[in-house]
Amino acid sequence: METLMAILIGVLFTVGVYLLLSKNFLRIILGTSILAHGTHLLIITMGGLKKGMPPIISGKNVAYTDPLPQALILTAIVINFAVTALFLVLAYRSYQELGTDNIEKIRSIADE
Amino acid sequence: MNNLVILPLLIPLLAGIILVIFRQNILLQRWLSMVAILSTGGVASYLLQMVSDYGIQTLAIGGWEAPFGIIFVLDMFAGLLILTTSIVSLGCILYAFNSIGSEREQFYFYPFMLFLITGVNGSFLTGDIFNLFVCFEVMLISSYVLISLGGTKVQLRQSIKYIVINIMSSTMFLLGIAYLYAITGTLNLAHLSVRIAEVGQEGMLTTVAILFLTVFSLKAALFLYFWLPGSYGAPPTAIGAIFGALLTKVGVYALFRMFTLIFYHQPEITHMLLGMMAAITMILGGLGAICHWDIRKIIAYNVIIAVGFIVSGLAVFTATAVTGGIYYLIHDMIGKALLFLLGGTIIGITGTGKLKEMSGLIRNHPLLGWMFFITVLALAGIPPLSGFIGKVLVIKGTMEMEFYWLTVVGLLSSLMVLYSVMKIFINVFWGETYLSKDKEKGTTYGLLFPCVLLTTVSIALGLGVEGITCYIEQAANGLMNPDIYIKAVLKSI
Repeated sequence: METLMAILIGVLFTVGVYLLLSKNFLRIILGTSILAHGTHLLIITMGGLKKGMPPIISGKNVAYTDPLPQALILTAIVINFAVTALFLVLAYRSYQELGTDNIEKIRSIADE
Repeated sequence: MNNLVILPLLIPLLAGIILVIFRQNILLQRWLSMVAILSTGGVASYLLQMVSDYGIQTLAIGGWEAPFGIIFVLDMFAGLLILTTSIVSLGCILYAFNSIGSEREQFYFYPFMLFLITGVNGSFLTGDIFNLFVCFEVMLISSYVLISLGGTKVQLRQSIKYIVINIMSSTMFLLGIAYLYAITGTLNLAHLSVRIAEVGQEGMLTTVAILFLTVFSLKAALFLYFWLPGSYGAPPTAIGAIFGALLTKVGVYALFRMFTLIFYHQPEITHMLLGMMAAITMILGGLGAICHWDIRKIIAYNVIIAVGFIVSGLAVFTATAVTGGIYYLIHDMIGKALLFLLGGTIIGITGTGKLKEMSGLIRNHPLLGWMFFITVLALAGIPPLSGFIGKVLVIKGTMEMEFYWLTVVGLLSSLMVLYSVMKIFINVFWGETYLSKDKEKGTTYGLLFPCVLLTTVSIALGLGVEGITCYIEQAANGLMNPDIYIKAVLKSI
């Protein structure tokens, strides 16, 4: 299972980096989002995939799954959503103001 | 347990939340943000005295003791930085009163400024690495908003680059956390330090250390600084100043924390890498500062040189050099804010950032000129001003450890700083005055007071070195002996 996850994470990273390197705003934003999802999967894989009981202390001596990675990615996902939303709005605003969504063309717009 | 420890984070956060509600009431926004920052500074200085008297203060949130719960740790290093943050942000807020414009003020400028300070203080205070990430994000999201607030073309253009870079580095930060958690099974900084000392810093952990080095270098503009000059010049002066003074320094703080508390077992790899990156940063930043003829660019490149110099103190990794690094870090936070504010005032008066289009300002603006001159001397490290002692100690540290190449680069970088900032001074303030008082594009009304405030602090920091030495030595001592930190956090272990 871990091997499968590793391959999946690798694929997500590849896609993310490929999209990041493109010239279109939307693709870049999607790229950062996919990259972040890859990272979240990595965190949960690194904490160990489900091995034991749900982490509710019942007094019996059983093995529990580590709850911490889930708490971590919950936070990370929320942050990632916030940043993605902000980035989308900003990209839309830039498109309105600068008249293009192409990184190459934005570069050539003069400062003043 | 000391509940006051959370206040430097809580005061700006609550004030910011209240201010979001009263968007239209600019007077309230100004007063409340000022009061919030002043009280943060007050709490910080009170806590600093407490740390100096009773040792490191900790707060286990919700009563969950480390390493299981979230813990806030205030050691001397963090305390000093929080106090400096308050001083710098007070200066920037006061400057914003008369320069930022009512439109930006109505659209949540002050709340985001306060949230930025929340994130910065949180990063200094937090005692576990995931909360470091969260506080970084609080700070970064506020900075994304601040850099694009107003929505001019330059700002939008630069903010896209800035955001992509920072999202990338945040992703890498999470990767590092994931690997670290897989290897050690903990996220608490003190506990991490213990665990890594137990198992030894093998190849895997050194790789993770280098991953963290990359992440924090991106944030601190150490070697990976290509995004900085454009981004910091785009927003209005007050915002640029707080960016230049605080954001990169939080990255530097994280480097200091990680590489003195956790990854200190293989200095011949990690610290050597830090040293090389610092040297290259100083050289390239210096060249950038020398070759540009635009005030904004020169000032932005000066931020980069300073980061290189502070990190070279960490790279040498002796008590002397680290002490020097802390001195210089504190000096530089104030000095860079001051430089940005003064540079912004000059640009406001002349309406251009190009050095060749201005001349002879000192006739109409003597105070501005003299303050700029003092700042130049302080930044170059001329005694008795504030940059001197830090520079001497770092240079002494590099000589003691026989890092002579770092000594040479460090001294050379001082010359480059002096030349680049002196170039601004000579071109702007000397020569014929062809800009008469009524032809000026802007006024200095209300803008000089915050500059005077920061200049005073900078001079006081230089002349009153005796007074703060005991605090800084305690901070350096804490960094060089991780056991003190670990004992304060993990009382049971």
